[in-house]
Amino acid sequence: MQRSPLVFALQLLVTLLAAAFLVVPALTSILAGLTVNYFQGVRSGLTLDWVAQVWGLYAPTILRSIVLALGTLAVTLVIGVPAAWALARKPGRMSRLVEEVVTLPVAIPGLALALALILAYGGIREFRASILFILVGHVLYTLPFMLRSVMAVLAAVDVRTLEEGAASLGASPWQRFIQVVVPNARPGILAGALMVVTLSIGEFNLTWMLHTPLTQTLPVGLADSYASMRLEIASAYTLVFFIMIVPLLIAIQMMGGERAAKTRK
Amino acid sequence: MSNNHTPGAAITLVGCAKTFADGTRALEPLDLAIAPGETLVLLGPSGCGKTTTLRIIAGLESPDAGGKVLFDGADVTRLPIEKRNVGMVFQSYALFPNMSVVENVAYGLRVRGVAKAERLARAGEVLEMMRIDALADRRIDQLSGGQRQRVALARALAVRPRVILLDEPLTALDAALREHLRAEIDGLLRRLAITAIYVTHDQAEALALGDRIVVMRHGAIAQIGTPREIYFRPADDFVAGFVGVTNRLEGAVRGGRFETAAGALAVEAADRAAATLAFRPETAQLCVAAGSGLRFRVDQVHFQGARQRVLLSAADGSRIVLEAAAEVVLSAGDEVGIALDPSRIALV
Repeated sequence: MQRSPLVFALQLLVTLLAAAFLVVPALTSILAGLTVNYFQGVRSGLTLDWVAQVWGLYAPTILRSIVLALGTLAVTLVIGVPAAWALARKPGRMSRLVEEVVTLPVAIPGLALALALILAYGGIREFRASILFILVGHVLYTLPFMLRSVMAVLAAVDVRTLEEGAASLGASPWQRFIQVVVPNARPGILAGALMVVTLSIGEFNLTWMLHTPLTQTLPVGLADSYASMRLEIASAYTLVFFIMIVPLLIAIQMMGGERAAKTRK
Repeated sequence: MSNNHTPGAAITLVGCAKTFADGTRALEPLDLAIAPGETLVLLGPSGCGKTTTLRIIAGLESPDAGGKVLFDGADVTRLPIEKRNVGMVFQSYALFPNMSVVENVAYGLRVRGVAKAERLARAGEVLEMMRIDALADRRIDQLSGGQRQRVALARALAVRPRVILLDEPLTALDAALREHLRAEIDGLLRRLAITAIYVTHDQAEALALGDRIVVMRHGAIAQIGTPREIYFRPADDFVAGFVGVTNRLEGAVRGGRFETAAGALAVEAADRAAATLAFRPETAQLCVAAGSGLRFRVDQVHFQGARQRVLLSAADGSRIVLEAAAEVVLSAGDEVGIALDPSRIALV
């Protein structure tokens, strides 16, 4: 198809403008975290002081968010992968119903979900005060993402027939799960893990309701810094968040990409 | 490999019916006895219950209450597939994408706890027997359809099963390859003397491979017999129509003669007001000389080299097809007679 240079130039312009519209705020925010005085602009000079201050003030929230994300990931793996397997084996009305119910927490506002958890379990003091309380909320919210991405892959590789093949060769249900189902679900597990970790690290709605002053997470700390600190500190905090999440995303993507390349070889 | 193979099991199905959870009746109560070492083909159109029957034998489905599956006389109805020691080849092959060819073939030995060196050696032997040892280290997605089919067969045979179950194993392949692999599978099954149950909807495959064929329709057996019996003496119209081209002539039986618009023919049958004579195109002899029993007019002649296919019609307009030697010169409008071998006709 011949494409007129004018049309191409217009398409390029629109794309670049849209990209700029999305990227500029991120860059502004990062820059704000590195400027001595945001209201005077870059002329006031660049500094890492704010980043250092964020670290001093909020390092525990950052570590807590990482621990929470990994814990959420562990729980969603242990629950989500076998559940996806069970649902993929017996497709039907029941399994669709289960899938819908598991997905509900995504549709319900995080605040409502948190309120329900507090009403039901808030009375158990140790539980309410611990990070586990937030973990439960995060698992509820992220589980459908793990479940659905694993289920999609299991359906695509026709895991039922693969399992029947393994069973015909004498493999017990446990051997089938470990040796056939999990390895072939790997792309789905990786994609699900990516979703779970990023959603958990960035989750604010639920966490804001569930946290106590001693169980602040990174996004809750961010809100706190916006409300009570200099704009530069909040911006530097955003920068820290970027520095944490971007390498993580790249690493998980690369793991998935390597696997895909190997399969295609 | 072939001499230390577990001898094939005798398989018996007693009153095996299958009703699915949604109430669909997939299989009427079915009795079937399969001899050790026999190759039995389940043949029929889709939805006839042939795959359900295979899956009940495999242990992937359980029959409705009352049904029983026996292997060498032992009741295995309650045993899941992994405890039945069957080999199974799936239509989609079900090869594990996360393993190489040799790992796939060795998998059955791996779950049986055979040490790695031994299981790889034994898998290697089976690959050699199937003449695909060069592919041992390939990944599954690097294989062609025919290669996958061979790997699937090798994997099923590597555990030395008592019975091998093949579910439309050639359906996914193109016609030329299908014929080639059909001959290969036939040779292999005979050499191993393993009990084999082969599901197909392809009559040519069924006729070529089966010691016996079970023709199925609507979840029930329409006919069981050797390929020759099925082909030459089909039990009913359905079997006749499903397996090969069949000619039929409507008429009546009177005094040991089948009388039809084309003439009369001596048959061994009781008198009947309405009867259908069925026969295959290649079983009729064409006689150009007048005077024989059944008379037809030539409509069309299709010369095919070694043979010619002749389309004929009787006085009442009923049409038949037959095959004649190429030497006989025929043209449309000729009057011909045909002679039928009484052992190769069916009166239904």
